[in-house]
Amino acid sequence: MFRRATTLLTRSTIPLRARPFSTDVAETAPADSTFTDAWKKVVPHIDPPKTPLTFMKPRPATPSSIPTKLTVNFVLPYASELSAKEVDMVIIPASTGHMGVLPGHVATIAELKPGVMSVHEGTDVTKYFVSSGFAFIHANSIADIIAVEAVPLDRVDASLVQKGLAEFNQKLNSASTDLEKAEAQIGVDVHSALNSALTG
Amino acid sequence: MSSNAAAPFWRAAGMTYITYSNICANLVRNCLKEPYKTEAISRERVHFAVSKWAEGKPEKPTIRSDTPEA
Repeated sequence: MFRRATTLLTRSTIPLRARPFSTDVAETAPADSTFTDAWKKVVPHIDPPKTPLTFMKPRPATPSSIPTKLTVNFVLPYASELSAKEVDMVIIPASTGHMGVLPGHVATIAELKPGVMSVHEGTDVTKYFVSSGFAFIHANSIADIIAVEAVPLDRVDASLVQKGLAEFNQKLNSASTDLEKAEAQIGVDVHSALNSALTG
Repeated sequence: MSSNAAAPFWRAAGMTYITYSNICANLVRNCLKEPYKTEAISRERVHFAVSKWAEGKPEKPTIRSDTPEA
């Protein structure tokens, strides 16, 4: 571990070829001019094909003053729950605890644990139970929240939750291999989160 | 060079994130109220055939499916 210590300590702290941060890189991808020139030589009468990057909308710039609203994109694998919705705040169940995201939040990537996500818009609060996923909060007050499964709390059946909790607690006690213990622990975590979401 | 941060319990037990995430999603789906539960379960059904290739030819495929064999 310390074999390279001397090299690492004596190298220059100023990077020789500073790499730009991803937030400072050009927001639109430049079209590849060598490709388009070569194409035009061979096939002058057909437009060169577009590359996937040119179809993407350029990243919105980070505004100099903090915006008043947070733009939330909440997507599931099968549906787009919220798409560019302007809200005041979202509280996400990050693995480090429930985190409130306001406009102007520092850029963060958070892994979500099973828990309740609430979207606050004026006086309306919409709550969803999220099974797991990630939340990407960008410096320009846009939050992308992706979850595998997210349901409004009124679609959850309390009796099934209780049954599941009891079942997994029992499995946890009788588990033998590491993998079984992990699965039982996951079951207990998810069901207790569902339980506290319904009662809390 | 430095040791990794303490791994979550499922990673320590040999499970990958995607397995963990899918287990969580399945558990949540199983706790839904009736019309939503059948809808969610039917939406997530998969049916596919996997075959190993040996010497340039596919071997007999194994079918993995959530639909009961007819």
